[in-house]
Amino acid sequence: MDFWTLTNAVTTGLLTGLVYGLSALGLSVIFGVIRIVNFAHGEIMVVGMFFALVMFRWLGIDPLVSVPLAGGVLFLFGFALQKFIIARVAYLPDHMQFLLLAAIGIVIVSALLLVFGPDPQGAQISYAFDSYAIGELIVDKSRLYAAAAALVVGALLLGFFRYTLTGKSIRACADNLEGARVVGLNVEVLYALTFGIGAACLGAAGSILLLLTEAHPYLAPGYTLLAFIIVIVGGLGSMAGALVGGILIGVSEAVAAIVLEPSLKAAFSFGLLILVLLLRPQGLLGAPVR
Amino acid sequence: MRGLFVYPELSGRGHAALALLLVALLSVPLWATSYISTVLTIVFYLALVGQSWNLMLGFAGLLSIGHALFVGVGAYTAGYLYARFGLPPLIGVVPAVALAMVAGMVVGYLGFRFSIGGVYFALLTIAFAELVRILADHATFLGGTQGLFLPVSEGDRDGVNLITLRGHPNMFYYLAMGLAFLALLGSRHLLRSKLGFYWRAIRDDQEAAQALGINVFRYKMYAVMVSAGMAGIAGVFYAFYQNSLFPDSMFSIERSIEVTLGPIVGGAGTLFGPILGAFILTPMGEGITAIIDLLRSSGIIDPALRLNGLKLFIWGLMVVLIVLFKPTGLWPWLAAKLGLVARENR
Repeated sequence: MDFWTLTNAVTTGLLTGLVYGLSALGLSVIFGVIRIVNFAHGEIMVVGMFFALVMFRWLGIDPLVSVPLAGGVLFLFGFALQKFIIARVAYLPDHMQFLLLAAIGIVIVSALLLVFGPDPQGAQISYAFDSYAIGELIVDKSRLYAAAAALVVGALLLGFFRYTLTGKSIRACADNLEGARVVGLNVEVLYALTFGIGAACLGAAGSILLLLTEAHPYLAPGYTLLAFIIVIVGGLGSMAGALVGGILIGVSEAVAAIVLEPSLKAAFSFGLLILVLLLRPQGLLGAPVR
Repeated sequence: MRGLFVYPELSGRGHAALALLLVALLSVPLWATSYISTVLTIVFYLALVGQSWNLMLGFAGLLSIGHALFVGVGAYTAGYLYARFGLPPLIGVVPAVALAMVAGMVVGYLGFRFSIGGVYFALLTIAFAELVRILADHATFLGGTQGLFLPVSEGDRDGVNLITLRGHPNMFYYLAMGLAFLALLGSRHLLRSKLGFYWRAIRDDQEAAQALGINVFRYKMYAVMVSAGMAGIAGVFYAFYQNSLFPDSMFSIERSIEVTLGPIVGGAGTLFGPILGAFILTPMGEGITAIIDLLRSSGIIDPALRLNGLKLFIWGLMVVLIVLFKPTGLWPWLAAKLGLVARENR
């Protein structure tokens, strides 16, 4: 394996990893605040992909332009889901919440299957085969755009949580729920907002992902697992950790694909996950588990 | 959430109902169509796996969402030994269960030694299941993605051979029923043993259990091992019932979720929950398919309409409704309604 092959793989992995990271951010935000593991994660993201696909097919809208639209639509979906359904099971033990979200995931996948059928469908964007070349380093235009878009959305999100009052209130709920109630925050609405924001992240990530791959309903479970791996590697609840974990997994998968067999790359990620769980269960950037 | 886990004894009426049900089920192959006994065979199989899963969650408070791992390891071990060396499953079940327990020990050891709790432990189980799925995809000696096929010869379906597990579908029906019943009796026995009390002590308050001198690590390991072993037996049954094994169908997430659905719908942490859940979910799925087919053939639904997913859609919706409105599962509610259990005596 020569230098340029490796450089190409690392670059591809880095750019793809940023999109993975954005998706994982959606999972991390929800878990970090509401303490619920969103088992319908991949399913919601695939909804974002199909949304962008429909926009592209009907109105010829580029998936990148769909990013804020998909984000908005899925924000409403996530908000409603938390407010009307998930909030009702907050008192139940973990396994019931897991089952509820897994079942919601099943409903979403089968609905997509009913509407769109089981075949992979992609958006044939005009710049799909364009690329930039720097020496022997070849970067797909679509991949570069995708990574840039993921970075922008991720930065907006970090900014929201750092600088806006609502963002700070949500973080207050995550840090100390009782304290948040005491100072008069409306936790129920903030939770719904949080789930909405997490789902919006997935909508954005799904739209962006349509630049890189074709959409089909059965992608969902794989994306759910991928996001779990990333978030655990990076640290559940840590936003920066999700992005870093995304890049790490993206790069390691891309390198594993050329060093080992391509189909073994996922095994590599699971190996990494198990290693992190054992050596540093709070994740690379996570706070120690209390 | 102590109220979620209750183990009241059956009342007189409950015992009578159970006996009646057993007699009815024993006689099914005599009068029912082969379709019905096939569906029931799957129900028994799922009840068996569900009982095994319930042992971990309901008894010891350990959430496994990678249970397909243990089933698959058992199935592949016995299947491989039979296909490659002709080792009959009656003997092959021993290494199959042993390997499934080893898989459980690995997951358990890593999880408990490094005190990975709650959600993280659940994710560890699914990570292992996925890892093994991908490795099995690449294991050429197990057939890889092409699958592992168990040899079946002409006339196998006529006889009854419990040593090689070759015989009439009715043999599988009674075998599955027997295994599910044994799993019920075994779980009940475990629950009332010292082991069962230790498990529940750990489940309800791990720190208090530890303070009382219970070796938490050891008893959690026992829970995973017993559960994995039971799942391994179910796997052996599945291998010889299906005669073909594919990594994606044995180890996939969908399979692991399917295992958890029955017990949770029926009532996680109850003895009869996994059985009731299997009896509800499988026939419900079959019923939905039948209704769709009927509507199609009678022209109410356009037969050309693609309906992949409709069954899963309704099924998923039902599960959502059950979680929202009967979160303790259906068994405690049903049992109280019909007076099948004695008043709470734990």
